[in-house]
Amino acid sequence: MDDLRKRAKELLETSAVKVVIGYEQGTANKTRALFVEKAEDADCLIFDSRCVQNLATYVTKREVKDKGKMAITATLPVMRSIIQLASEFQVNDNNLLVLGITPESKLVEFKNLSEVETFVHQYQIEIDAKNKEMLDKIAKMTQAERWKFWIDELSPCFKCYACRAACPMCYCHRCTVDFNQPQWIPVPSHELGNLEWHIMRAIHLTGRCIDCDACYNACPLAIPINLLTKRMLEDVKINFGSYQPSIKADHLMSTYKPDDKENFIQ
Amino acid sequence: MTDNLYMPYLMRIERVTYEAPGVKTFMLRFVNDDDQEKFNFKAGQFGEYSVFGVGESTFCIASSPTRKSFIECTFRQTGKVTNALSGCEEGSIIGFRGPFGNTFPIDGWKGKSLLFIAGGIALPPMRCVIWNALDLRENFKDITIIYGARTVKDLVYKYELQEWERRKDVQLITTVDPGGESPDWKGEIGFVPTIVEKIAPSSKDTIAIVCGPPVMIKYTFPILSSLGFTDENIFTTLENRMKCGFGKCGRCNVGKVYVCKDGPVFTLSQLKNLPDEY
Amino acid sequence: MNIDKRLVRKDSLEKLFDILKQNSKTIYAPFSKNSKVSFREADSFSGITTDYIQTTQSSKEVAFPRNEKILNYSKDKEGMKVKGIDLNDIPEVVLWGVRPCDTMGIGELSAIFNWDYKDEIYNNRLSRVTVFGFSCSKSDDYCFCTSVGGNPGNTQGSDILFTQLGENGDYLAEILTDKGSSIVSISSALFEKTENIEKEKFLAEVPARFEREEIRGKLEKFFDSQLWVEQSLKCIGCGACAYVCPTCACFDIQDEAHGKSGSRVRCWDSCGFSTFTLHTSGHNPREVQSQRWRQRIMHKFLIMPDRLSVYGCTGCGRCSRACPVDMNILEHLISIQEVSL
Ligand SMILES: Cc1cc2nc3c(=O)[nH]c(=O)nc-3n(C[C@H](O)[C@H](O)[C@H](O)COP(=O)(O)OP(=O)(O)OC[C@H]3O[C@@H](n4cnc5c(N)ncnc54)[C@H](O)[C@@H]3O)c2cc1C
Ligand code: SF4
Ligand code: SF4
Ligand code: SF4
Ligand code: SF4
Ligand code: FES
Repeated sequence: MDDLRKRAKELLETSAVKVVIGYEQGTANKTRALFVEKAEDADCLIFDSRCVQNLATYVTKREVKDKGKMAITATLPVMRSIIQLASEFQVNDNNLLVLGITPESKLVEFKNLSEVETFVHQYQIEIDAKNKEMLDKIAKMTQAERWKFWIDELSPCFKCYACRAACPMCYCHRCTVDFNQPQWIPVPSHELGNLEWHIMRAIHLTGRCIDCDACYNACPLAIPINLLTKRMLEDVKINFGSYQPSIKADHLMSTYKPDDKENFIQ
Repeated sequence: MTDNLYMPYLMRIERVTYEAPGVKTFMLRFVNDDDQEKFNFKAGQFGEYSVFGVGESTFCIASSPTRKSFIECTFRQTGKVTNALSGCEEGSIIGFRGPFGNTFPIDGWKGKSLLFIAGGIALPPMRCVIWNALDLRENFKDITIIYGARTVKDLVYKYELQEWERRKDVQLITTVDPGGESPDWKGEIGFVPTIVEKIAPSSKDTIAIVCGPPVMIKYTFPILSSLGFTDENIFTTLENRMKCGFGKCGRCNVGKVYVCKDGPVFTLSQLKNLPDEY
Repeated sequence: MNIDKRLVRKDSLEKLFDILKQNSKTIYAPFSKNSKVSFREADSFSGITTDYIQTTQSSKEVAFPRNEKILNYSKDKEGMKVKGIDLNDIPEVVLWGVRPCDTMGIGELSAIFNWDYKDEIYNNRLSRVTVFGFSCSKSDDYCFCTSVGGNPGNTQGSDILFTQLGENGDYLAEILTDKGSSIVSISSALFEKTENIEKEKFLAEVPARFEREEIRGKLEKFFDSQLWVEQSLKCIGCGACAYVCPTCACFDIQDEAHGKSGSRVRCWDSCGFSTFTLHTSGHNPREVQSQRWRQRIMHKFLIMPDRLSVYGCTGCGRCSRACPVDMNILEHLISIQEVSL
């Protein structure tokens, strides 16, 4: 990805941005996030089909944001996340530049987020065939079977919250699970605690989840929690039409006001 | 079977004293006389107080070890457990685990003068030492207490303040932040560090014990140093978030030091060796 | 000391499993689910997997369950009743298929639970566990036991250590403790007397990568280093590394009420979470992730050795494998060693 390295170098040399968020070679055959702050380090940037971590989760991380204007290497899911975040007032043209990577692995640069939005809207969010099959299978189960399926899948969850941390849309500095007055969700990772946690998460992401699978990929126990958000995506489609993140559109399940009296989302 | 470390004593709330807005003192008596018999603690130690079904919360023991048969705690209503405690009435049963932590080395202070400086709701940890010292009054030279709160309403232990005021063997100076005074306020007006500077207590053979909000402490230390107090003769307490109280839950450490086991009492010289993690 | 060495035929393992069952032992063994291998209670021998370099989670749950009731209470007309858990209810467990880096971790975890105050709940659970270690014949890029005092055939922490003598081979069993001997005594036919067998050539090769004493020395002067910020920029602050780690002991205490009765529960917690040290006032001694990452490394490589005389890392590499963002602890430790002060 010479284009990407070259562009990152220019952006840093001209101080157009302070940090370029991209990927580097990781352990074994993994890739991982890289934060390039010096032009000479841009050569470590890579891009290939292994680069699936949703980097948008870093644009709301305090230590990254505090560096100054960011540029982000953004595949389609990352771009979708950014548009959703823009609609929630988390990023804007002043603090973020998008170095887009098309599904054909071509570098495209956008002048502003509204161009990113136009680009993103060319593509529909489609659940892949394998997961779709799984969703259908679950839908056809009897209530008792479905209950057993989810209890079996969710009971190993030890509430490490890697799924939450990896999700770009889970940026609340005080998550509902961390509230104790009232204690909405039981803290222990027992059956009830896990069920409530995952149902709550799926609901909070309905109409916001862009189906990147970051949560599932992050889970050290490979619990298919993405099936819950995918289910919600399907239900939204059936009831309200396809979901597309948009900077200005109303949100399906939530409202965002910069002057909200609650401050856990800021 | 050996003791379950997590098992609290059952305590009956004998008396509830309203101290200031959101601040109450509980006098607690052991439900089981045996527990009472065996229980011992020293000034500076703390415990885990719990409302069953709600949780545990950390407070110092605010009564003096010289007064047996009950313990007291004073707490500010700030969150889940303290709200639930605040809702408890006289006669209710709560849990108590402790005592935990180190102590003020009172035995080593024989023959010295004591200077207590407290701000806000931080008088409780100090009250334990004050009464301990007053109950052994002949062991010490001068005893001076400088106590400040935001407003007159926020001063805790109002009755005891009156008693200390009356006593000839104690010098009590109370102060409130500028603007916090009531029309009939007779004490000082000004922040605690300013008042300490103004009064300029002697550092000769004197131990200073300082407890209060971080800002107050931060500005008081240099004043004490300039008055000639050595770092070894200045004591304070640290407050880090705690769960277990005995060095296992892992959250109270400041570098290598566990506040629950090595603290909460520290000298300024110990504090200066700690990394900035509190 | 001369270790009692026996030969256990490959197909004797299943018989051993059945004998243990008949002797009413609860057996925890590695099982694969969603392609991740974890310990769980084994009903039959057939499902146990042997195809793993290291399990995703450590086996610490047998002595330190992720949620554990520490007391029950009930309120009625006569007043408040509080009961500790009945330690006699704790089952006799055989932990089957544990790697040497995990068996070594038991000692490190125990050091925390016995630091001055003895945690009898933990100790009672552990006293009823018999540990069947299984040496490693394979390792991967994440393993570094040999840098932290272990090795692929380390006997430390096992009651019996099994080493497979070549792929599909029989097993050498080293009987290390009384608990181990008592297993042999109930299944002696399966543990055949043997000439001296050398296990070394069947073990994985794990090169040593750093000197932990040197790292400890550096950490003494490292609190304010910029390195923590650089290393942790990609860390997203979850609990994965702590929860899979054999030596992480941090916990929370939570009450759960059901009407007039309920329980107090000890549940896992992690220094990686932002709320771990957060005061009610909003003040947080560890405000940003770099400070939390520093705590993780400092705790294992400076604080534990200083206060408990044991290190808090056995080189199992789990935290790196489980980390959603590929924070590789080995790499970070090497880079600490390489920094010149
Ligand atoms: C050694 C020591 C002595 C203390 N003495 C007193 C005292 O005498 N009077 C008093 O009013 N307060 C005291 N505190 C502070 C008091 O512990 C907290 O205000 C209280 O725990 C808040 O609990 P909560 O459940 O109401 O709040 P929540 O916000 O609901 O608490 C959540 C959890 O955070 C923990 N926590 C939050 N803040 C603190 C904190 N500052 N210190 C310790 N744990 C915290 C508690 O374990 C609690 O379980 C002391 C703290 C320490 C460490
Ligand atoms: S990442 Fe997996 S184990 Fe962790 S909280 Fe999410 S679902 Fe549970
Ligand atoms: S810190 Fe990582 S490598 Fe070390 S023992 Fe824990 S999980 Fe294993
Ligand atoms: S402080 Fe962190 S590294 Fe240490 S035991 Fe606790 S969770 Fe593990
Ligand atoms: S190092 Fe990895 S596993 Fe640990 S807290 Fe950070 S992101 Fe989570
Ligand atoms: S309060 Fe648990 S370790 Fe200090």
